[in-house]
Amino acid sequence: MKKLLVVIPAFNEAQTVSRVIDSIPKKISGITSVKIVLIDDGSTDQTSQIALDKKIVVIHHLINRGLGAALATGIQYARATHTDYMITMDADGQHLGSDVNKIAQALIKNKAHVVIGSRLLNPVGMPLTRQVLNLLSNIATWLLFNRWTSDSQSGLRGFSRYAIERIKVSSQRMEVSSEIIRELARLKMTYMEVPIKSIYTRYSLRKGQQISNAPHIFWKLILQKFA
Amino acid sequence: MIIQAILSFFLLFALSRVILQVRNAKISIGAFLFWASLFIFALSGVLDPRLTSYAAQVLGIGRGSDVVIYISIALIFYLIFRLSISLEETRREITELVRKIALEHPLTKNPPGKRKFNK
Repeated sequence: MKKLLVVIPAFNEAQTVSRVIDSIPKKISGITSVKIVLIDDGSTDQTSQIALDKKIVVIHHLINRGLGAALATGIQYARATHTDYMITMDADGQHLGSDVNKIAQALIKNKAHVVIGSRLLNPVGMPLTRQVLNLLSNIATWLLFNRWTSDSQSGLRGFSRYAIERIKVSSQRMEVSSEIIRELARLKMTYMEVPIKSIYTRYSLRKGQQISNAPHIFWKLILQKFA
Repeated sequence: MIIQAILSFFLLFALSRVILQVRNAKISIGAFLFWASLFIFALSGVLDPRLTSYAAQVLGIGRGSDVVIYISIALIFYLIFRLSISLEETRREITELVRKIALEHPLTKNPPGKRKFNK
């Protein structure tokens, strides 16, 4: 009996959330139950209602607290429901449902504590500015936390029960992605990367990491490291 | 002499706050060493102005009295430090509260406008 929980943090994603939920495979080899939970981070549109119509669990933050806070809520929910594997996925339609299967298989077969879906192992179609931004984020994460990944900012990640029970997320916003890498180092967890495909639309580019956020994220990471 | 006493008192107070923060595990050892060194250095300069004159001479600044400006800057740093820590704590507390409410009351399927919480 292996249970998988797919956690989708979402903030005002009514435009894409239905398609994202539908794309997640209902059956995965080696998994007996696939559950989906949407963490609605204080959306003011129909995100929650659309997810409820799909008959999935919705955890609703009364006010917007940021991506990090939403992921931490997802981790707590996974702990409370004693799930064996957890996969996080963006709600902006950037990820393919088939890659959820890929991450799950990597968790099951390779027994890594954490699996990172890397967009950079096969960056076809990824805008150059995104590639540069990701490379800089990877370098900053490596310098601060001494762990190298080809895509430290990926939103598609898989966690084993070992990782779910131990990872501590205190970041509230976008810096959470690098904080997860910090946790890999702190807890000396094994991790692997699998190539994933990203779908870039004008919408997903607008919703994702922005270059203008970089100084703020970097400052927060410095505070995490030294304060 | 009065300014020396006031500044010394303030710097000792600031130092005590830094010690308290590290004892309560609110700041790391690295942050403690940084802030403690800063305030001890400022305190030394206030108690013996010749030290600042000497430091000024070594650094080529010219006047030991400029240390007042440095202390003012240290004060501003300290206030920003205190402010950013308390702001971050407040944000975390709000998030904890929001999370607790959210996890205790997952949403259920209801018609729009009549959304209800699970009991």
